[in-house]
Amino acid sequence: MSRRVDFEALVFFPHGLVGSLEIAPLGVSLALVRIGIPPKNEMTTDTIVQISDRIRQARQRLVRMHYEAGIGHLGGNLSCLDAMMVLHHTVLRPEDAFVLSKGHSVGAYYIVLWSLGLLSDADLKTFCRDGTRLPGHPSCHAQPEILFSTGSLGHGLSLAVGLALSGKLRHRHRTVWCLMSDGEWQEGACWEALILARRNDLDNLVVLVDVNRLQGFGTTEDVARFSDLPERIAGFGVQVTRVPGHNVTELCSALSPVPGHGPRVLCLETVKGHGLSFFENRMESHYLPLTETQYLQARQELADLA
Amino acid sequence: MRKPFAQAVAALAACPDMVFLTGDLGFHALESVRDAFGERFLNCGIAEQNMVSMAAGMARDGWRPWVYSIAPFVYARPFEQIRNDICMHHLPVRLVGNGGGYGYGAQGSTHHALEDCAAMSALPGMRVLVPALDEDIPEMVAKLMELPDPAYFRLGFDESKGRIAAGPYAPWRRVASGPGLVLCVLGPLVWQACQAAEALPPEIRPEVWVVTELPVREVPPPDAFCDALASKGALCVVEEHFADGGLGAQLLHHLCLRGCAPHRVAHLCAHTYCGAGHGSQAWERQRNGLDAEGIVAEMRRIVASAS
Repeated sequence: MSRRVDFEALVFFPHGLVGSLEIAPLGVSLALVRIGIPPKNEMTTDTIVQISDRIRQARQRLVRMHYEAGIGHLGGNLSCLDAMMVLHHTVLRPEDAFVLSKGHSVGAYYIVLWSLGLLSDADLKTFCRDGTRLPGHPSCHAQPEILFSTGSLGHGLSLAVGLALSGKLRHRHRTVWCLMSDGEWQEGACWEALILARRNDLDNLVVLVDVNRLQGFGTTEDVARFSDLPERIAGFGVQVTRVPGHNVTELCSALSPVPGHGPRVLCLETVKGHGLSFFENRMESHYLPLTETQYLQARQELADLA
Repeated sequence: MRKPFAQAVAALAACPDMVFLTGDLGFHALESVRDAFGERFLNCGIAEQNMVSMAAGMARDGWRPWVYSIAPFVYARPFEQIRNDICMHHLPVRLVGNGGGYGYGAQGSTHHALEDCAAMSALPGMRVLVPALDEDIPEMVAKLMELPDPAYFRLGFDESKGRIAAGPYAPWRRVASGPGLVLCVLGPLVWQACQAAEALPPEIRPEVWVVTELPVREVPPPDAFCDALASKGALCVVEEHFADGGLGAQLLHHLCLRGCAPHRVAHLCAHTYCGAGHGSQAWERQRNGLDAEGIVAEMRRIVASAS
């Protein structure tokens, strides 16, 4: 019989570091996160339903947070929210590490931490407000789970490679997860990192690429002819798998650990602005905050899904 | 200075949290480090941006990484990685740039490092170390072992071959006395400064100070230096670095804020990447007035203008 654990974080983060310039030691911060959903091999239909419910709540909370703060970048947050929720609620272990390379999706990360009980509603209300510790791109001083300040694209994979190499040298059973955008691969440093990850056979590194096919000022195809991005990445000698990025069952399966000989790259086939009809696959969802009319429509659409 | 550096760092291999990263450089120089560090010596390939971020990732997990390359490849190419990934996280990564100033001579301007001290000093928390003498290296490496801050280590070439009695290591050292003005020099140019001092008549010989750590706001001059300035009233700074943001600019800013800037100031520094051609480090120094002859000429000009 499957192990059932109540869907809540078992240990809550004591907000002792707020306002401090110190950053938490890696092991301490990760050890604070406990996951209440069984691992994939113990997944039941009930569990999938449970996660899906939590994702719906998270999507509503994400949209509300961005609307109340008047902040854009919602589209790229909605495209990766499902994967981040599945990862944090069913896969990530205390000894693992997560690096958010596409820092403009930090809203989704805050919501994931909220869903784990590590951020409160009061915390979310400060999103991008003066004096907040929850800015529009992640700060390593905000929260122990947020390991790195990112936002300039093309840094996260190298940082993750450093963590993965560190794990190898110390013979730790750690998996390092790195979430990137697809447009981010126009930054040359990503390929530098990929070469070294392959060279060192980092089988403890899993890269998630949010392939939503839209970037700041055009499609990834128009700007970079990136329709074959997965093949290009695979050309560097790493395992690449395409994953339906909004299918919870498929995500649970794809994110589960598998033995391998090198780094894995999961290309999440996603929709920018996922869940909001007027934002899906539209450039507006990259930068523009929701208008009041759009927010009311969004609430209705997300309520209809529930 | 690569040889004493390699010796000093290889001796650190016993420290289990030390890791050494190189951007595919160190042939005929770092073999002893490679052998001592074993699997903790990582050739990260010709990919400095990744190397710096990777070092930050490792430092975030408790390692103390050394990151080695030719100077501009380790501070200029990956500048944003240094700023964001090392400094914003205040991680103890040691960037080692070989060939400070015109060190790579006729190899060309792309290999010269003439704004490195300014660029690195501008970053909050970053310390800049510019060894003057080979014998400084073990002391400075030991210091870096303890320093919790990020650091940039600018390696040059020590021409003095043990002929300067600098005394115990300190970031500010008086290496020659004289009745003339205060001559303040950055790192390995100290040999040219001492040669210049000896070439001058005893009655106008400068008091020579060598500086090996920046930024000045973090490593200010000692009282003895300020006292000397107050009594002599004139200062000449010499550095193989552009005028803006280096030792001269930082020192004068510091002295002005303290209200003790000298009345007469001269600044010998690098002027261009490439002037009327390319040449050795000695040739570039001569062209920019940074060799002993140029320093002597400047000393005489200052004395003449004061009389």
